[in-house]
Amino acid sequence: MPELSYREAVRDALARAMREDDDVFIMGEDIAEMGGSMGVTQGLLDEFGAERVRNTPISEMAIVGAGIGAAMQGMRPVVEVMYQDFTTIAMEQIVNQAAKHRSMSGGQVKVPLTIRTQGGAGWSPGAQHAQQVEAWFVHVPGLKVVFASTPADVRGLLWSAIYDDNPVMFFEHRTLYGIKEEVSEELEPIPLGQARIHREGEDVTVIATGRLVHEAIAAAEEAEAEDVSVEVVDPRTLQPLDERTLVDSVCKTTRCVVAHEAVTRMGFGAEVAAVVQYGAFDYLDAPIERVGARFAPIPFAPVMEEYVVPHSNDVLAAIYRTVGRRRGE
Amino acid sequence: MLDTGAHSSTRRSSKLVVVAKVEQKGTVSEETLRDFFREMLLIRRFEEKVEERFRAGELPGFLHVAIGQEAVAVGVCRALAADDVIASTHRAHGHTLAKGTPPNEVMAELYGKVEGCSHGYGGSMHLYDVERGNMGANAVVGGGLPAIVGAALAFQMRDEPRVAVAFLGDGATNIGTFHESLNLAQLWRVPAVFCCENNGWAESTPASQQLPIEDLTRRAEAYGMESMQVDGQDVEAVYEGATRALEHAREGKGPVFYVCNTYRLVGHYVGDPQVYRPKDEVKHLRETQDPVTKLRERLDLSDEELDELEREVADVVEGAVEFAKAGTDPKPEDALKNIYA
Repeated sequence: MPELSYREAVRDALARAMREDDDVFIMGEDIAEMGGSMGVTQGLLDEFGAERVRNTPISEMAIVGAGIGAAMQGMRPVVEVMYQDFTTIAMEQIVNQAAKHRSMSGGQVKVPLTIRTQGGAGWSPGAQHAQQVEAWFVHVPGLKVVFASTPADVRGLLWSAIYDDNPVMFFEHRTLYGIKEEVSEELEPIPLGQARIHREGEDVTVIATGRLVHEAIAAAEEAEAEDVSVEVVDPRTLQPLDERTLVDSVCKTTRCVVAHEAVTRMGFGAEVAAVVQYGAFDYLDAPIERVGARFAPIPFAPVMEEYVVPHSNDVLAAIYRTVGRRRGE
Repeated sequence: MLDTGAHSSTRRSSKLVVVAKVEQKGTVSEETLRDFFREMLLIRRFEEKVEERFRAGELPGFLHVAIGQEAVAVGVCRALAADDVIASTHRAHGHTLAKGTPPNEVMAELYGKVEGCSHGYGGSMHLYDVERGNMGANAVVGGGLPAIVGAALAFQMRDEPRVAVAFLGDGATNIGTFHESLNLAQLWRVPAVFCCENNGWAESTPASQQLPIEDLTRRAEAYGMESMQVDGQDVEAVYEGATRALEHAREGKGPVFYVCNTYRLVGHYVGDPQVYRPKDEVKHLRETQDPVTKLRERLDLSDEELDELEREVADVVEGAVEFAKAGTDPKPEDALKNIYA
């Protein structure tokens, strides 16, 4: 079993898809010689050439839109938007074009486009390179949204995103690129819309995405030492959402914490809380707790950044609130 | 302002040489021009009928007709090869009809029927016909331009001799997607043609209030892109120019910015009181710049010939209205279909 970093796992999925299928190509800013601002696409230019590993001008609207047009003509483009914050520049193309073509055409058009993007706090990139915006896209009918948290997941999910016939927003987290995991020799596609139970538990379910999956696992281990048994579930695909797995888990544990790095208010966790309270109402023993960033642009100074975004201790505190305990009680 | 001939062709190497009108003319046969006339007349009568039915309260939503711009739709679409593709604008009826979608299907779409070319999901501003190479009309100004670059890129990568054509208005040359798309298209030399229907108005705002330059081809020049400019009221000139532009793109020489100077002989939308426009301007333009009248004069059609064509076209348009009215209403819950593939 080879061990891959999250970064290598993304690259592996791209390379395998491009080897297998001439219709797959990638484009984005600085992705060729430089290998992307995060080094994800390093080496792909050498293997696949400049025709299929396309450096682009700094033109998010045109990059995403060209991906849409190529996809409508039967290609399977993978477009990289360097930072999540920059998806805002391409918002019109993503929301009005990619997401709506199929419906507006009465089902004539397919847009098999994958838009990879990354971001996140934890290294002081400042307010315009750190925001988590996945919730914005979950609100748009016609888009699928993926947020992978481990190397195996990111590889299997990216493969499925590329081969999905719909536009997929594919979120990666900046601070996860270096984490490693053993993966199978063969790439095993992970179907979109399937949650992963990372850790089974009896007392509380933590539903977490992205970096917070790892924070939740750390919190769960700490809680375990205090005899609180925590289940950690990662939806992995935010749209479509594997509601069944989330609700079943909470029906079992009777308590729920939702956790993500994006701001709590109006966040993805609000929707998850609504889904869980409806599906598991009769089972709930405590109010659903939400963990997320404070309602602020991400500041630069490390102490302020750390204060704004959530960490494992925030998840742990929320876990303890659901069981009516304080830390150390 | 209209430049029908050798627009700056010798001065700037980046521009396609458009030979003078007199030399250019005469390659389109009389028979073909008659065919163009019939098509333009059909589009004109179709849109007049649409205005009438909208005012009668039969059509939902709101509508933009392109009365006065028929020569652009017909001249460009007739120059296309069968598997070339187009993307249209909010003023899409003419492009869609000229690209080959049957009038019945366009009319049924305007009535919101299942038989419509977008099966009732799109409406006037979202006419699609993928089978016939129509990638969709776009209600966001400039919204469809990047996708045309992408379609052309797909053709280039697969080595297919096809061209992707975007229609846009002069107003769209002010939006970011226009500039990003032209830049990328030229950078990658993709087989695309950007056909700008320069009618001098962005909704109610005249060129003088939205364009700091008069000659729109200068915008393409900024990207090193070939450009051409023709009299958009002269279908023969439009057709011949489009043929050259398409050939240029198809041969792998890169995209072309193709400006057709035209006139909108109506308001922005059906019912627009046009308070922003002198009352006699439209009257004057209708008398002097109607592309249908111009072609009729060029062809020297007799009253009998015209009457016969009018009857034929009226039958088609009436038939389309009957077809549309007899069409099937979608089930409300069909709204939840066709969201994901």
